[in-house]
Amino acid sequence: MPETLRHDVLIIGGGLAGLRAAVAVRDAGADVAVLSKVYSIRSHSGAAQGGVNAALGNHPDGRDDDWQRHAFDTVKGSDYLADQPSAEILAREAPERVLEMEHWGTYFSRFPDGRIAQRPFGGAGFPRTCYAADRTGHQMLHTLYQQCLKREIAFYNEWLLTQVAVHEGRVEGAVALHVPNGEARGVQADAVVVAGGGHGRIYARSTNSYINVGSATAAVFRAGVPLADMEFVQFHPTSLYRTNILITEGVRGEGGFLLNTEGERFMARYAPDAMELAPRDIVARAIQTEIREGRGFDDGYVALDVRHLGEPKIKERLPGIRQIAVDFAGVDPVERPIPVQPAQHYSMGGLACDENGETAVSGLFVVGECSCISVHGANRLGGNSLLETLVFGRRAGERAAQVASSGRAAGAETRLIQSVGEQEREIEALKERPSGERQITLRREMQATMTEHVGIFRDEAGLRTAVDRLAELRDRYGTVVLDHKGRRFNYDLVDVLELRGMLDLAQVTALGALERSECRGSHWRTDHPSRDDQRWLRHSMVSYAGTRRPEVRYKDVVITDYPPQEREY
Amino acid sequence: MTDGQHTFRVLRFDSADDETPAYQTYALEASPGMTVLEALLRIQAEQDGTLAFRYACRGAVCGSCAMMINGREELACRTQVRDASRQGRTVYTGSAREEVEAPGSDAQMITVEPLRNLRVIKDLVVDMEPFFDKLVAVEPWLQPEQAHPPRERRVGPGAWAEAEPYTNCILCACCHSVCPVAEQEPGYLGPAALAQHYRFLADVRDQAGEHRLALVDGDDGVNGCDFAWNCVHICPRGVPPTKGIAKTRARITRERRGDGRQ
Repeated sequence: MPETLRHDVLIIGGGLAGLRAAVAVRDAGADVAVLSKVYSIRSHSGAAQGGVNAALGNHPDGRDDDWQRHAFDTVKGSDYLADQPSAEILAREAPERVLEMEHWGTYFSRFPDGRIAQRPFGGAGFPRTCYAADRTGHQMLHTLYQQCLKREIAFYNEWLLTQVAVHEGRVEGAVALHVPNGEARGVQADAVVVAGGGHGRIYARSTNSYINVGSATAAVFRAGVPLADMEFVQFHPTSLYRTNILITEGVRGEGGFLLNTEGERFMARYAPDAMELAPRDIVARAIQTEIREGRGFDDGYVALDVRHLGEPKIKERLPGIRQIAVDFAGVDPVERPIPVQPAQHYSMGGLACDENGETAVSGLFVVGECSCISVHGANRLGGNSLLETLVFGRRAGERAAQVASSGRAAGAETRLIQSVGEQEREIEALKERPSGERQITLRREMQATMTEHVGIFRDEAGLRTAVDRLAELRDRYGTVVLDHKGRRFNYDLVDVLELRGMLDLAQVTALGALERSECRGSHWRTDHPSRDDQRWLRHSMVSYAGTRRPEVRYKDVVITDYPPQEREY
Repeated sequence: MTDGQHTFRVLRFDSADDETPAYQTYALEASPGMTVLEALLRIQAEQDGTLAFRYACRGAVCGSCAMMINGREELACRTQVRDASRQGRTVYTGSAREEVEAPGSDAQMITVEPLRNLRVIKDLVVDMEPFFDKLVAVEPWLQPEQAHPPRERRVGPGAWAEAEPYTNCILCACCHSVCPVAEQEPGYLGPAALAQHYRFLADVRDQAGEHRLALVDGDDGVNGCDFAWNCVHICPRGVPPTKGIAKTRARITRERRGDGRQ
């Protein structure tokens, strides 16, 4: 292999957003490679269950649906924090992107007339969510992977992004650690698309894969791209008790009931019209309130009951959920309710970018959960995240291919080789550190702090505690010691390098939550219990400040067609 | 409350060294419901940072953490320590496959080894490249008549049933590890690739039938299968590769007969 690798466009991350971008780059005629810390097919997109939204109008009750209604539901669901032109792009391009997935082979479930089936989802005015049983993410990820194989797109599997190379405001490539042999390498590229996914593992309780730690997000942040709206963290109402594996909203979409210890369908008290299909922020708070007030089981969960749907429907529509409940909780939903509790699920916030995913750094794009375009605002609707990967993955890929053909700066390779050297020296210094704390100690403290103080219900005292503890953990990070000093498959080193980014992201999340003295969408301040449009109808923006505590700045929300209203369901 | 003290006996190896594979044991207090993956992560984080294994989702959907647990292919994230320690009294070593002494009834020992039939790179990490190369060889992408019709292709009730089980494959390679033909014949496409092949052959939207049959018509393809059915029994996702292989073979035979008559 040459000293540095080279591609027109380099994609970081092999989930749905990354692969959709890769296909778009290739189809635009440019050379592209996908670099990922795991084999692409292992990405967390594959765990998505419930579906993908598009106003196809296939459902008998959805004939009057159209993209404008989808855009409105998205904006209302966002508690008016979404940028409305972005939400309109998402909804308008949805049907074409979903149909294209069908054309490429995705196994969408069907209505009897043979068209793609749609199910009701939370916060949606019509049954709009297309699905493949309860394995929609798996089916779509495999389809896009297959399309990449067909196009002979190059994959760098098990490479960890450690640095985005930027020179004079323009991206030049990336430095990555090849995990199998432990060497840092440079990859030159005229455009870089980062699709690094979420970072839910900064919390103790999360539905996310273990690998979702946000290391790519943190690398882009360090390279100079601000993080927006990071205080908006989605807590999914229904994760499996204990393991927190996702139990899809589709279970409620198919008619599942939420019950407390008194056997009451308690959603009647929180969202009398929408009931179990209110948006996620509302249902999560309702469940947490029931648990707090002593109407949860074992003080930690409520019951999700589907027994009345009957075995045939459960088998047909929710086979994966049944399997998960049996394997991980020893409960067959045909016979007993599923024990569920809220858990961190999704980050509405992320790296700031425009409608094509382009950031403040020329040639550097972000897409998918790591980005904040922003379409989800303060609360994301179920079925909109898979859609976002398709719509904005394609847009970012096409734009990146254009940028890549515009030529490159001289001296890039020399600078990249220098950066690789710096990375190698940083790793050597870590290995030479003789004694200190293991990374797991700090990681657990961070996760406990986030779940306890930056969770569903927040207040100033708790958030101050969190900010202080995170600052202390960032100091202690400088003393972390490696147990494994070798090169090959050094997961100890990977964990240590990733922890640094996790602490950065946790700090920005806690700071944003502390500053924002209102309730909006997923961000609920018990000490400021109402929405305050006058003061807070704004995006938070935080830039990297090294070891110093960063400042939170604000940017206006783009409002075009939908004036903010009270949000009722 | 705990599920008690357990001994994890993990086969260690680094292909960069000359040393032979050797077992290393770790003691761990298992909490209730703890999975083998959680146990390995705790061992890695607290006892031995040099231990190498793959993982991602911890929910049995990503296919990363397939390994041998007490002599059987399993996803480590789906296997509870309590269940594993209750299982089989006979364990096999990964390399020699010799029977070793059965642990006593109160020993609570769990043996963890890498998958078989794939080269071990380090500890529980095997070389997946040949596995994915075989997948590419069956052209696992839809080859329809019309690339982009104006709407979705209509698929009537029941038309999905034949191919659907094969779409649930997560490419974990458990089937490849348990396949007796893959053990003997490195060139054999193997149950995972052939199951993906059948997934497209049986897809009512695919029009590349004849071309697809030619891709697997031979001893490295469907003729190589000796119908042990191990793959069907081991698959954590309920995919039945042997069934697909049998149907593909029958179709090849049928089409050849058809050609002969013309």
